[in-house]
Amino acid sequence: MTTAVPEDTALIVGAGHAAGECATSIRDQGWTGRIVLIGEEPHLPYQRPPLSKAFLSGELAIEQLYLKPQATYDKARIEFMPNTRAERIDRAARTVALSDGREIGYTKLVIATGGHARRLALPGMDVIEKQPNFHYLRTLDHVARIRTQFHAGARLVIIGGGYIGLEVAAIAVKRGLRVTVIEALPRVLARVTAPELSAFYERVHREAGVDVRTGMAVSGFELDASGDAVAAVVCADGSRIPADLVIVGVGLQPATGIAEAAGLAVDNGIVVDEHTRTSDPDIFAIGDCTNHPNGLLGRRLRLESVPNAMEQARTAAATLCGKERVYNSVPWFWSDQYDLKLKMVGLSQGYDELVLRRAPESRSFSAFYLKDGVMLAADTVSRPQEFMLAKRFVAEKIPVCAAELADDSVPLKSLLPAV
Amino acid sequence: MPIIRFIQPDGSETVALANVGESVMQAAVNHQVHGILGDCGGSCSCATCHGYVDEAWTGHMPEAESYEIDMLTCAMNVRPNSRLTCQINVTPELDGLLIHLPDTTS
Repeated sequence: MTTAVPEDTALIVGAGHAAGECATSIRDQGWTGRIVLIGEEPHLPYQRPPLSKAFLSGELAIEQLYLKPQATYDKARIEFMPNTRAERIDRAARTVALSDGREIGYTKLVIATGGHARRLALPGMDVIEKQPNFHYLRTLDHVARIRTQFHAGARLVIIGGGYIGLEVAAIAVKRGLRVTVIEALPRVLARVTAPELSAFYERVHREAGVDVRTGMAVSGFELDASGDAVAAVVCADGSRIPADLVIVGVGLQPATGIAEAAGLAVDNGIVVDEHTRTSDPDIFAIGDCTNHPNGLLGRRLRLESVPNAMEQARTAAATLCGKERVYNSVPWFWSDQYDLKLKMVGLSQGYDELVLRRAPESRSFSAFYLKDGVMLAADTVSRPQEFMLAKRFVAEKIPVCAAELADDSVPLKSLLPAV
Repeated sequence: MPIIRFIQPDGSETVALANVGESVMQAAVNHQVHGILGDCGGSCSCATCHGYVDEAWTGHMPEAESYEIDMLTCAMNVRPNSRLTCQINVTPELDGLLIHLPDTTS
């Protein structure tokens, strides 16, 4: 059955951070037609960062996670279809086939499908993934289930020493769980930070009581005698770690299948230009699922970050309403673990010099990644001013002097060129 | 539900019905007030929720803590009554609160 399209329709496939922001932004930009949001989850668009922080710890209720309440979408005449998957795009007919058998026509289409938790590539995972005490961590429902198993004294094994794994470890150990973090690479946060930062975070977690095991790959799992639950994690060196609860955070698999099947260009994400337009002029893609050009970095990349999702959402909304807009921002991220507020600017791969401003032991310091005398990136720990200033240094490629950056008695602000 | 009024630099106004316990930023975002983004979800990480608390109201709420003050120093057009609205909790006492939006065009 095809739904008749009496007016222009802006159709958004996905209902996450990027999709939620895009929907309201499209209305804000003057779109007078239908705006439809299609989400495979049961929930209104919600914030993802608190899932591994305040929602996991129980400080936030589900309703506090929503980006905006239902009333805001109603007032903006945005139609939200939860529990619905978009299965197929017919670009010639300009329709999208849904999992409930319906078809929706579109004038403009925005793909904001994000991605799914990367699965462990081990034999027998189908059985393990069905165990009630084994969890990936990506969605609200994943964490709602995990919360019910967060008991003091429970042995939690976290597979993956990235931001998600470390944030979960921080919450869990404070709640009295006995936590082990297993990371296959030689250090935690290996892909995103310098060895000095990895060492700092490993120390912080160990001091808090987390058993951090790096350079350790997982080779399999053991079930308990009844076969109804995971009982242990088995590592490549033969060691066996008993577990009451297993949480896996080993990355994101971008959801590009629907774009690829429709013949759109896909390469580590749905390929878009600086206006978030795909290889089809009426189809846009935003958020975690996109491969987009970054003028500052001079290359294409796929970014998993909230600021990226929000800014691409606004760029797509303006552009599809006829107000061409360019997305070109400095990437930035944040991660809260214990009392440490880590805020990061830029991408540090390829740095040739690391400058530390105050010793990590102080728990309030910055690490600047330089390349050819310019700040490429910065990791700031509980240094909000330096985080904000670093955004300028990185965005404007301001030449810096390592000695001045390292000297905490020289205010960072004074190193900016006079306006 | 307390009412919060957001006044744009051009004088236009949005009247928001807020929920006790949410942040002033969230009330603004729920009503799509221009100029308040709240990109970091209220974790005091982005300074996109900057507003000026009307002089008549600055004494009706707890003062900013040092972390917020640090973030504010790097926002644009900061004034003595500047706040990051994600750090202001809506209480019944704030019924009628007036927030002025900074001019971001200059």
